[in-house]
Amino acid sequence: MSAAVGFSPRRVGAMVLRHLFLLRGSWPRAFELVYWPTLTMVLWGFTSQFLVTNSSWVARAGGVLIYAVLLWEVMFRGQLGVAFSFLEEMWSRNLGHLFVSPLRPYEWVLSLLAMSFIRVMLGILPAALLAIPLYHYSIFTLGLPLIGFFTLLLVMGWAVGLAIIALILRHGLGAENLAWVAIFVLSPISGIYYPISVLPHWLQWIAWCFPTAYVFEGMRAVLFQNEVRLDYLVAAFGLDAVYVAIGALILLWSFRRARRTGALLQMGE
Amino acid sequence: MSEPVIHVVGLTKRFDETLAVDHIDFTVERGVTAALLGGNGAGKTTTISMLLGLLLPSEGSVLVFGADMQSDRYRVLPRMNFSSPYVELPHRLTVSENLRVYGALYGVPNVRARIGTLARDLQLTEFLDRKTGNLSAGQKTRVALAKALINEPELLLLDEPTVSLDPDTGDWVRGYLETYRERTGATILLASHNMGEVERLCSQVLMLRKGRIVDSGSPQALVDRYGRDTLEEVFLDIARGKPRAAAE
Repeated sequence: MSAAVGFSPRRVGAMVLRHLFLLRGSWPRAFELVYWPTLTMVLWGFTSQFLVTNSSWVARAGGVLIYAVLLWEVMFRGQLGVAFSFLEEMWSRNLGHLFVSPLRPYEWVLSLLAMSFIRVMLGILPAALLAIPLYHYSIFTLGLPLIGFFTLLLVMGWAVGLAIIALILRHGLGAENLAWVAIFVLSPISGIYYPISVLPHWLQWIAWCFPTAYVFEGMRAVLFQNEVRLDYLVAAFGLDAVYVAIGALILLWSFRRARRTGALLQMGE
Repeated sequence: MSEPVIHVVGLTKRFDETLAVDHIDFTVERGVTAALLGGNGAGKTTTISMLLGLLLPSEGSVLVFGADMQSDRYRVLPRMNFSSPYVELPHRLTVSENLRVYGALYGVPNVRARIGTLARDLQLTEFLDRKTGNLSAGQKTRVALAKALINEPELLLLDEPTVSLDPDTGDWVRGYLETYRERTGATILLASHNMGEVERLCSQVLMLRKGRIVDSGSPQALVDRYGRDTLEEVFLDIARGKPRAAAE
């Protein structure tokens, strides 16, 4: 057998393959990936078409709402991708087998992140492409900053996803609904559909503590002022690093605790 | 004498106020099939979990192939494997997909050939493309055994390997384990409360009661020591706290 010492891309690949097998064998799972982002885009597409003729703010950049909803979906789906890949293991009572194999915890986390990226691409790309013929709005017109916005939101989604896994490891499947709802606590203060300046002053301070505010303000700067705000990108990058480190530390603590309590062997439906 | 495969010293596990395993010491030598024998709640599964490094001990140490399972387990995990009725394989993956994933996790070279061999040996060939969740209990047990043997482990830890199996399938699994040990020289540690299984497979028995090893030896030595005819009678004596005949 090959040595287990050190990082193994093969083990990460094995875990990605495990989830790809699952998607391949279950069309409802694959369909669900595409369904919500597309439906949301269609809904906001019609809303945008209406507001373009009734709102001077939206009329200045017609795609602003569709681009915002697609970018928000990147973060939401990124977080779900991490949390659901973990929940699949819990539902199938497979954690015990995984963690007596040579799979390292960080390799497992990398596989969750890789699957999250794949799930996001499978879910968002069709919706983004469909928006072009349906509404004549292409998110790709954001240009190079789109890569930055996408990456920053995906990483923030990962940070939230890791923290949610930690909570599920700590509290069991009773906490699984957090995977669906927890991230929405950020939505009012992220400035997805409106500028941060509309928030009460004290709430603006809180909003600027999260990378999402910088990303959505940065997106609007590109669309309305045709300006790439590098300062926003740098701030969001720094905050992402802080939050992903916090998420990873909470998960490591929770994993260690699960090894102390025996939760890895007992967890499941 | 060569280093024991398993070396346990003062192993203890507390869950809040409950003492699940209480300062146990034992060794298992290479090529031996040993059993942790005890009733429900005796500490068998907890002990196996600590041997795997899945559960951290409150006190004591576990060395497997000389590696400390708290701090150095990844060095030896590729040489071990495990099966338990309480841990399952993903139901929605086919048997073949599950074995491919675990083959890759254990770094098995030429995993397709290995799956083919295991499928023939464990009579799984016709189930390879079936979803694991759609199999019968006996078929699932054979798949779990195939996963546990995917890396041809030198140490196999089995938690109640034949529980919930009909007598025919149970007998078949026991026969297969005997053959595997003879062929590979592997060490097997199983947790069980099936006396027939332990008498047939094991040359070393560790009798557990309330988290402590209350006696140990070969099945025949235990039967002789307690002045009984079968290991089941010895088990009942120990479970009910009766002293051994030799001490009376």
